[in-house]
Amino acid sequence: MASMRDIKRRKSSIQGTQQITKAMKLVSTVKLQRARANAERSKDYFHCMYDTVSSILKRVGHIEHRYLSAGTSPRKAVIVITSNRGLAGGYNSNVVKLVTRHPEWKKEDLVIYSLGNKGREAFLRYGYELRECHSDIVEAPVYADAMALSEELLRAYAEGEVGEIYLAYTAFRNTVSHEPVLLKLLPMEQAVESEEKTEPAAIMNFEPEDVEALDMIIPKYVTSLIYGALMEAVASENGARMQAMDNATSNAEEMISDLALKYNRARQGSITQELTEIIAGAEALG
Amino acid sequence: MADKNSFLLRIITPDRVFYENQAQMVEFNTTEGEIGVLPGHVPLTVLVKPGILDITEDGGDKVAALHAGFAEILPDRVTILAEIIEWPEEIDEGRAEAAKERAEERLRTKTPETDVMRAETALQRAMARIQVLR
Repeated sequence: MASMRDIKRRKSSIQGTQQITKAMKLVSTVKLQRARANAERSKDYFHCMYDTVSSILKRVGHIEHRYLSAGTSPRKAVIVITSNRGLAGGYNSNVVKLVTRHPEWKKEDLVIYSLGNKGREAFLRYGYELRECHSDIVEAPVYADAMALSEELLRAYAEGEVGEIYLAYTAFRNTVSHEPVLLKLLPMEQAVESEEKTEPAAIMNFEPEDVEALDMIIPKYVTSLIYGALMEAVASENGARMQAMDNATSNAEEMISDLALKYNRARQGSITQELTEIIAGAEALG
Repeated sequence: MADKNSFLLRIITPDRVFYENQAQMVEFNTTEGEIGVLPGHVPLTVLVKPGILDITEDGGDKVAALHAGFAEILPDRVTILAEIIEWPEEIDEGRAEAAKERAEERLRTKTPETDVMRAETALQRAMARIQVLR
């Protein structure tokens, strides 16, 4: 049996850890609330953008456009949104797995744009090709960051460097459920007459010409998707961390009560032993 | 909502719903020139150019400085997805004036490296801000 002193030391070390996890849980709870409010406010724009763009695409019918048909390059750009800090349970590895375990993707075809240090480290370890990373923007994403990133990607797409653009992030469903998702940004898939009944769509006019207008609108659409994903990812990160820290705290609690029991038993044992020794000594003398 | 004299105007930015109400008319700047939209407009998608956004609604007029985005116009509703838009009270006049001077300066002393497009957009933005305040 471990000595009383060992058990005591162990217990106080776990108590220290528990204090840390408890504090981290509180911090991420507060951050989660803020991030969630932000994500919810940006959702409107995101949805509206999506609705507008799909209704525009439905109205224009099938037109030849560089953003709508696949590029010739077999390479794929993947934006991966992870966090800069760990201790968030499976948050980071789930997103990374989405890319590394994709059944059809080959490592050589991928170009990773990593937002968040954890993802960058993981892809570096696996030997993927990494492009400029802007890890600091996941701390507090603003619209301009998303804009800069989407400009960079669209340039690569326009120059034929990459043929497809994907986005991997963690979607925020609610406080306890976050789901890693992989989204195709470009080329856009035209929702092919799935809801034909809904309004035999008056023909949409464009000012300027439709190709030119789509040229301007689709980048905005991509930007808004990236921005929306960033907002959700930040909320998910804090949600995941809150959960992980909650689990850690309760595990620590369990260990502490277990150790407390062991400690008391050891104490009892040592008292009994001392007593037996004293009695035995007294008997031997008498 | 089948009111023939008004349409649903929604102005949405990445961070909030800027405006959502029934309006009689909305005027703003597009890449093709100024446009005034009344109820029953033909379906149209336009790109926004920096300028003043003027909303005519039941309670009177409202103005804002609209800088970038695009608008989808349908007979019964107009959705403006604005990347940047501000109410007059959110504008810092001093900053706008300074930005205007900076942009003008850049255009005046332009060298081959000057990004003329960018300077012009900056100037338009500053002008829109200042006009809205007047």
